[in-house]
Amino acid sequence: MNETAVTEPRRLPVWAIVLSLLILLAFLALIGWGLKRSMSGPITVGQKVPEFQMTTFDGESLRSTDFVGKVIVLNFWASWCKPCEQEARELEEAYQYYKDTGKVVFLGLAYVDTEYNSKEYLKKFGITYPNGPDLRTSVSQMFRIRGVPETYIIDQSGKLAYVKIGPFGSTQEIIRVIDPLLSR
Amino acid sequence: MRRAHLWIFLGLVILAVFAQVGYAQTPVPTPSDDEVNRIAKQLYCPVCENVPLDVCPTQACNEWRELIRQKLIEGLTEEQIKEYFVLHYGDRVLAEPPRRGLNWVVYILPVVVFLIAVIVTVRVLRSMRKPVSASIVSSSSAEIDEEELKRIEEALKQERE
Repeated sequence: MNETAVTEPRRLPVWAIVLSLLILLAFLALIGWGLKRSMSGPITVGQKVPEFQMTTFDGESLRSTDFVGKVIVLNFWASWCKPCEQEARELEEAYQYYKDTGKVVFLGLAYVDTEYNSKEYLKKFGITYPNGPDLRTSVSQMFRIRGVPETYIIDQSGKLAYVKIGPFGSTQEIIRVIDPLLSR
Repeated sequence: MRRAHLWIFLGLVILAVFAQVGYAQTPVPTPSDDEVNRIAKQLYCPVCENVPLDVCPTQACNEWRELIRQKLIEGLTEEQIKEYFVLHYGDRVLAEPPRRGLNWVVYILPVVVFLIAVIVTVRVLRSMRKPVSASIVSSSSAEIDEEELKRIEEALKQERE
């Protein structure tokens, strides 16, 4: 019986194994983080609304924290959205209704729209409450809106009190949601 | 005489100023569709799913292409227009993710995976050329002696009988 040369199987250096494991772990962590982010649902009623900010078409910068103690009516719309037109005048009427009380703030955010068209839309429907573009779609992403129009009503303590998917049918419908919040 | 010179000088200054104003107001030629589409190709429709802006057929996309044309007329560069779109509609409008933050993973990961694949392939190929491993011992047992073979055959025959 003859024996051939015996060789030890080559092994990867320790640093290579550690590095590979680290890359794998980092990759898995990244996937996990992405999954967690995508799986986390929208802000639900009763939940505290994280702080958000917007810049109006007039260049005024507004923060949600500036309105603590007031009811915030946050409406997402777009000039290309036909259903948004159904509630545009109603929202303005509701704004006028509460304007002098100083207890309700109306904010409009134009979702993926051009500035020119947005301004034309505001002019067409005579909307006077603060409106601006949802820059980088950051606020709509925060609320995880599914489309436009959508309206989020936040109570005086900063918690989400009501969500309206689609257009409001009438000014009265808006008032029926806001009044109980004011009487709390 | 001196006063005449002064008036001529003032006249020339006024002419020069007006010439500058006239030059500044020269209308910028309207950018062609090709120029607009060259930028639109690098952007995606902000409301449709995975549709490049240059081929998107919706009214909204048409307006965004017009917006690009408008921005070109205003003198914005390609990069500035892309930045404008990102500012208004987010990073998702870019065909190519910007090289910052977590987006680097998109650029780095394929290279890392490719390098790992190359290293693994090289190692596998090398191991295929290596001598037979220690556990396998070669022997001349396959070469059975003729006499031995005859002896075994005889034994088998006897057993059958």
